[in-house]
Amino acid sequence: MTLDALNISIAWPEIFLLSMTCLLLVVDVFLKQSQRNASYLIAQFSLIGSLVLIWMNMSGQRAEAFNGTFVVDPLADILKIFICAVVALVFVYSRDYLKDRNIFKGEFYVLGLFGVLGMMLMVSSNHMLTLYLGLELLSLSMYAMVAFNRESGTSAEAAMKYFILGAIASGMLLYGISIVYGITGSMNITDIASSLIKQTEMNIGLIFGLVFLIVGLSFKLGAVPFHMWVPDVYHGAPTTVTSYIASAPKIAGFAIIIRVLVEAMGSLHNEWQGMLIILAVLSLAVGNIIAIAQTNLKRMLAYSTISHVGFILLGLLAGTKAGYSSAMFYILVYSLMTLGGFGIILLLARAGFESEELSDLKGLNQRSPWFAFMMLIFMFSMAGVPPTVGFWAKLSVLSAVIEIDMLWLALVGVFFSIIGVYYYLRVIKLMYFDEPIETAAIDNTPGMQIALSFNGLIILLLGVYPGALMALCFSVFAV
Amino acid sequence: MIPLSSYLILAAVLFAISIAGIFINRKNIIVLLMCVELMLLAVNINFVAFSHFLGDISGQIFVFFILTVAAAEAAIGLAILVVLFRTRSTINVNDLNSLKG
Repeated sequence: MTLDALNISIAWPEIFLLSMTCLLLVVDVFLKQSQRNASYLIAQFSLIGSLVLIWMNMSGQRAEAFNGTFVVDPLADILKIFICAVVALVFVYSRDYLKDRNIFKGEFYVLGLFGVLGMMLMVSSNHMLTLYLGLELLSLSMYAMVAFNRESGTSAEAAMKYFILGAIASGMLLYGISIVYGITGSMNITDIASSLIKQTEMNIGLIFGLVFLIVGLSFKLGAVPFHMWVPDVYHGAPTTVTSYIASAPKIAGFAIIIRVLVEAMGSLHNEWQGMLIILAVLSLAVGNIIAIAQTNLKRMLAYSTISHVGFILLGLLAGTKAGYSSAMFYILVYSLMTLGGFGIILLLARAGFESEELSDLKGLNQRSPWFAFMMLIFMFSMAGVPPTVGFWAKLSVLSAVIEIDMLWLALVGVFFSIIGVYYYLRVIKLMYFDEPIETAAIDNTPGMQIALSFNGLIILLLGVYPGALMALCFSVFAV
Repeated sequence: MIPLSSYLILAAVLFAISIAGIFINRKNIIVLLMCVELMLLAVNINFVAFSHFLGDISGQIFVFFILTVAAAEAAIGLAILVVLFRTRSTINVNDLNSLKG
């Protein structure tokens, strides 16, 4: 094996991020608590640095490294840029919250960055081994982050549930990988695809493996009926960690679904389409209906996530270029708006007060008209009200579904998102038409307030000009 | 010569036992962790068997990585267990009910 086969240079962003994370791990040990801001700055520098490196190395071509186990293509570049940007925003939002609770420690950033490294590996995987290692690097970091607040009993309970269910999901995924390996004789995604195209008759063993793969993937993404962990983890974890878990890992989850189902098993589209239809309809139904009954804002957003996952699966199951690109557009937009929703919770929280109940939002308009307006944008966007970008995301997914002559499925999607509008509008009603219970002023650092406003304005701006991002999503799929 | 199907059946049985153990067990979280380990080992048997019968080494390489990850996973699981015991003074599965999912 020559050094050329390694082609190490296309992995510079990952190598840089890994080195910086290890550096942060060492530096953090020598810092006093009063100097902890340095850890934060190093973490932000590593994220921005790898973002710039990805940007500079963007070639628009597909390139493989490490003997075909690692791939960089336009899809990977775009998703990685979004992952880095979203996590950088999470770090900006979380600083005040962590300080107020005496958990402003370097470990949060180290675990967060290792998670980002795992996500980047998942996005770039061209082999089941890199896919599995990336997934585990991300999952293990997230288990630890959920239990990060050691004083809290609910956090520890949520972490335990997440750990057990996540481990089952990994086991299922591995079992599926082993079956597919046995049948195709390879674990390289390109080789699996070429071996599957040659098989003409239905192979029952392959379907068996495919079922396990889909179960494992939908566990990780949180699709019904494998969603049990989502509300508990979102509720139990510290809000900073919830905003991390809810945003960037979903982008990475989307990427591995594309790699496994579309790139490796694209020729089995008819088989997995049926399974995804069941998952999508159930996710839309359960997510939107149960969210109505929630009084806790974090749990409500958890069920709303489940329903958004249903929409993303709708786009994927279409199996066309329009379907994949609309699902990608949806997931990118979703990560921004869910981040904004949790950002508002983080903004209102202060020492000794979590601000996670719906009633804590009462009268937000009288306390801060600007941030009430921001929350209005996030809620409208999640509900899919024009002119926010959530409308375009839902529209493009639904039109992709109609294009493959599944009108009934599009109608199911519309029906449940109309039900969903109810609980989003309830939040807006609480903010604008109820008297405030809390009257404390919002005293966060300006950095966070600016970042959150930026987040909200992007949603609005993308809603007015969605064309550029949509064209970008459309251009990365070759199918 | 033992045929491939025997290995696959053994792995499937072990996998089923571990899944059943996770869902039936209502007593102790340590047993859950043991079931998770068993699940990964069942998958390892699958990989090694396929690797041998396909004459392809990559399945066995994968097993090394799974073993390593399983060790890390056990470490994190036990760490969470310690935190849980310190805040709750119990590791009974039935007592994990403060969050209703």
